[in-house]
Amino acid sequence: MTRIALAQIEPALGDLRRNLALHETQVGAARAAGARMVVFPELSLTGYFLKDLVAEVALAAGEGPLARLAELSKDITIAAGFAERARDGRVYNTLGLFEDGRMVGAHRKVHLVTYGMFDEARDFAPGERFRAIDSKLGRFGVLVCEDMWHLDGMWLHFLAGVDAILACSASPARGAPAGEAQPRSQRTWTTIQDAAAVLTQCHVAYCNRVGCEDGIVFGGGSRVVGPDGVELARLDGLEPGMLSCELDASLVRRVRTITPLRRDEKPQLVLRDLLALEDAEEA
Amino acid sequence: MSHEVHPLDLNTELVEALLVRFLRAEAGKFGFQRVVLGLSGGIDSAVSAALAARAFGPQGVLGVMMPYTTSSPASEADARAVAAALGIRLQKVEIGAMADGYLATTPDADRLRRGNVMARCRMIVLYDRSVVERALVVGTSNKTELLLGYSTQFGDAACALNPLGDLYKHQVVQLARHLGLPRVVIDKPPTADLFEGQTDEGELGFSYAQADAILFALVDERRTLDEVVGLGHARPLVERIVARMAANQYKRQPPLVAKLGERTVTHDFRYLRDWGR
Repeated sequence: MTRIALAQIEPALGDLRRNLALHETQVGAARAAGARMVVFPELSLTGYFLKDLVAEVALAAGEGPLARLAELSKDITIAAGFAERARDGRVYNTLGLFEDGRMVGAHRKVHLVTYGMFDEARDFAPGERFRAIDSKLGRFGVLVCEDMWHLDGMWLHFLAGVDAILACSASPARGAPAGEAQPRSQRTWTTIQDAAAVLTQCHVAYCNRVGCEDGIVFGGGSRVVGPDGVELARLDGLEPGMLSCELDASLVRRVRTITPLRRDEKPQLVLRDLLALEDAEEA
Repeated sequence: MSHEVHPLDLNTELVEALLVRFLRAEAGKFGFQRVVLGLSGGIDSAVSAALAARAFGPQGVLGVMMPYTTSSPASEADARAVAAALGIRLQKVEIGAMADGYLATTPDADRLRRGNVMARCRMIVLYDRSVVERALVVGTSNKTELLLGYSTQFGDAACALNPLGDLYKHQVVQLARHLGLPRVVIDKPPTADLFEGQTDEGELGFSYAQADAILFALVDERRTLDEVVGLGHARPLVERIVARMAANQYKRQPPLVAKLGERTVTHDFRYLRDWGR
């Protein structure tokens, strides 16, 4: 059993110092709640609609706030979002995993969202791979927001045998049709998380932010779903909060024993058919 | 009472929570815990006031009635009923002398010009009161009005925060019921009250129900003009609404800045208003 905490926070736009202080407080609260890991939303250190601020808040490996997060991770694993400046100058929308005083892995968002109110591909370079991150607490698959809306990431993490998917987002609340308790956007998120949990037989820990940026209200609704698709915990509403929940390794094992999806998966078939599809498209 | 669900119907409880969160967060970031707004006696300003009262507490909201000499006394009575129902503070500032001071110099001004002058006088009053109050000006333009451009630029359209701008008129009415506003305000025909007998629908030449349905299909559902006609709307009306929407885009934008340099305000100097907050 591993207790995990989700920090549904309200970062300030482009204020690294304030957001780092917020992370420190939340790490303290997670520790006090007995959690061995604390997960933050997408771009938790910077805020979301950065636009030209991306260049100003991007952090190179080991830079100030990242070094501080590493330091904080000596007795608790931390997953936090930031704008990552690579050596070649490209900036990624990254979620880093920190533990034992260092960053042990990172995922660069692959599916940048560029439609409607979103313009990420203008400001970020896309990540190019989905790789599981091995932590002392288990193997994690990180998916940042839109990464969850595509099958590839969760499927590759499933093949890699991750124990849990960490899904971090900065998702605005949209749509409030009569007769539905939550925003339409959050309902879709719930459907995706439930399906991801069932299809990958993993815990799915979804951490979304709250607060407002220029009139856009983020939808919160952070939650944890078990490997059987059953919701284990949820934060409702639009306010900041912390959720903590046990991830039960025994439940993962039992679900996979009862329904051995991974055993029957046929990645080679997919590979063969993908190549054939490519050939057919070229012809 | 009909209980049929209209396609534009909202979960009003959730909308209230989102809009209250919006008002509180966006004012709070700039250090404001109070707002002022013009209270006309109409439904839009009543809904804005009700949301503001929930966000800042009734004492955090100042409603300002700003009648012109020809404004209907019934409007003032309705504004008072709204303020009383919400428990917000209320002031009355007559704009007659202010508007007439200018209008006397230009006696040829037609209804449209006179209406615009009144709307801009009210803007001046609200922005001045906001300094005294250490408050932000909250707007009352709904989505239907914004899309149709049925407002005075730098007049009633001027504000710091607009909680109603993504709500069609139908949805404003639905929210007004949910918020428990006085029946008289919800049921009376919408009017800018700039001259006697004026109604919005009379002036626009179509009903809000028609406008809402057509705009929703075009803007939210991204249907083509032909598809909207296919839904049963008269083609000339749909064409008129599309033309109005395009012709008034200027009202929804900041002034155009001529681009010369590498980074230009409003073009590629890309920061949110909430920059650093």
